[in-house]
Amino acid sequence: MTRVLLIEDDPGVRRGVTLGLRRRGHETEAVGTGEDGLESLTAFAPDIVLLDLMLPGMSGLEVCRRIREISQLPIVILSARSDDVDVVVGLEAGADDYIVKPASDEVIEARMRAVLRRLAPPPHTSVTPGKPEVHGDLDLDRSALRVAKHGTELTLAPSELKLLLFLSASPEATFSRQQLLEQVWEHSYYADARLVDACVKRLRAKIEDDPRRPRYVQTVRGFGYRFGPL
Amino acid sequence: MRRRVVPRGLRTRLVVAFVLVSALSALTTAALTFRQARAAILDRAQDSAVHDLRTQVDSLAPDLPASPEDADLRALVLQLDRANGARGWRTAAAFRGGAPVAVAAPAPALPARLRATGGTARGAVAQRFHHDGTPWLAIALPVTRAEEPSRPSGLVVYASFSLASQSRDVDTLVSAARAGVVPVVILSAVPALLAARRVLRPVRRLRSAAEDMAAGALDTRITVVGDDELADLGRTFNTMAATLQTDAATLRSMEAKARRFAADVSHELRTPLAAMTAVTGVLDADAAAGDLRPETAEALELVADETRRLGRMVEDLMEISRFDAGAAALHLDEIDVGELVGKTLGLRHWQDRVAVDVPTGLRARVDPRRVDVVLANLVGNALRHGGPSVPVRVRAGAVGDALVLTVTDEGPGIPENVLPHVFDRFTKGDASRTRSEGSGLGLAIAAENARLHGGTLTAANAPGGGAVFTLTLPRDPA
Repeated sequence: MTRVLLIEDDPGVRRGVTLGLRRRGHETEAVGTGEDGLESLTAFAPDIVLLDLMLPGMSGLEVCRRIREISQLPIVILSARSDDVDVVVGLEAGADDYIVKPASDEVIEARMRAVLRRLAPPPHTSVTPGKPEVHGDLDLDRSALRVAKHGTELTLAPSELKLLLFLSASPEATFSRQQLLEQVWEHSYYADARLVDACVKRLRAKIEDDPRRPRYVQTVRGFGYRFGPL
Repeated sequence: MRRRVVPRGLRTRLVVAFVLVSALSALTTAALTFRQARAAILDRAQDSAVHDLRTQVDSLAPDLPASPEDADLRALVLQLDRANGARGWRTAAAFRGGAPVAVAAPAPALPARLRATGGTARGAVAQRFHHDGTPWLAIALPVTRAEEPSRPSGLVVYASFSLASQSRDVDTLVSAARAGVVPVVILSAVPALLAARRVLRPVRRLRSAAEDMAAGALDTRITVVGDDELADLGRTFNTMAATLQTDAATLRSMEAKARRFAADVSHELRTPLAAMTAVTGVLDADAAAGDLRPETAEALELVADETRRLGRMVEDLMEISRFDAGAAALHLDEIDVGELVGKTLGLRHWQDRVAVDVPTGLRARVDPRRVDVVLANLVGNALRHGGPSVPVRVRAGAVGDALVLTVTDEGPGIPENVLPHVFDRFTKGDASRTRSEGSGLGLAIAAENARLHGGTLTAANAPGGGAVFTLTLPRDPA
């Protein structure tokens, strides 16, 4: 059972999604505005936020940024807008995934689960508990799920953290966007390669000294991304 | 085949025509003047000669006997020759058809025709002829007696003299005319060039304006000067441009509105669809669990199916609107074609129904999402229209710089009348089955995706039956 906070202004969609998720056994709270949503964060203490982008008053993007400032709570955007620019802007605001409406409860649940599972350590790496790995200026603690740069702890969104952990587990190995989608997002669909690009961009902004000349997460033109060589 | 020798340029043609006209008129004037002057000179020479001869003959003839002998005639001729040395004529006289008697040697040449007509003529007869390369004039003057002027006396006096001096006058006239014509013709080229420039400048302006318009600058106008036909043409051109510009603007705004409408409608449809789609899973689960009465279960299933269909159609409409608005962006990535084909089929659980023939290691720089859409659409169509048990085959290969993907089935193929419209929106392969599974936009979207890549998508029927769709994309191997 997952505690889901749904921020959606349209009553029909709110009721529909709530009904679908409740039937699948999730505890759902639905609010109509961004302000109410931010209040519910502390009162309801959700495991995940489903966020509509077009809200009256405070926009969904703003809500997303505010949540990201204070917590690493997983955020999934649920929007009727499907243009590339909307998706990329939404993802760059700090969301972990982007679902285009209309979507069935099955899809919504699958995406939510994938985002939540992302925090588990990658299965193909052996983890030494409590001993941070050191990559250049970065300290990665796989068991505590903490990343520090120059000793300062970084606030990473779940998708950013998982991407970093996955890439750094196999330094200098190149992964295609498709592989990253499957491993990190658990999607197997080409449509969402922009998820990877947006997340890499956000991650670079946080860990790189110069995001335009990345040192940690490097682009391999025509293939994908790799971690290092440092 | 003979080539036309008419000059191509308007300017050349105008100048040539102008010069031709002026040359023709100058020549005509010169020729007419020359003819008149020549006739006047010769007639005067002839008249004065006839007059002189008649005066001389009139004063000498009365002394002749009625039937003069050769000696009498010789005396007459001698006197006549002496009388007009200045003109330098040579005379002869004949009586009643006899041979003309002359004194000077050699005897003057007399044209035979003059001798034939001279004997019977009632007045003086003159004839011009050439002798030793110079023009001569011969005169035959029948002599009448003073007492019987109506009856010829049978005596004919001939005189002939050279027209060399008159001919010289005429030659002077010809050279004068020629000297006048040539500079006039040459000089006429100057006003011709000026006139051509005057005419051609507006024409050239009109041409460059028309070229601008053809290039899409519909706000092109030309400045109209004057009130001639060319100015009228310029005004008409401006009116045409204004009308065209207004029409184009109207058309464009209408088109934009229509596109906006399609996009807005699809967008608005999404919200209610989102609510409906979110609960279709609930309906499906309950219907499948058998908790409902059979009719209710069937109704719910129908609603769920139609909702999904509507959702797909709205998706397709949104995609088409994006193409129409030019908002569709290409995200190129280098991918392995075999992997992509496998993924596309695997995602839709088609692996067992489709034969794949893709060389390993074939890479291309494409937008994988868009190629996936095209491929899924083509294979989906083939599986649907080709019939359930018909083999569908996907082949890929590199042809030069292009990646060529073909999807073939062995079904009934595409009807000939549908083939040209197969990529039009809402074209259905089978008119009787208007509510097929697809939205009718799939192939249109596929074609747009191919075009966005700078490639092509074509449809044809295989000779052995079945449809063949060929997707050709630039491969751009990095």
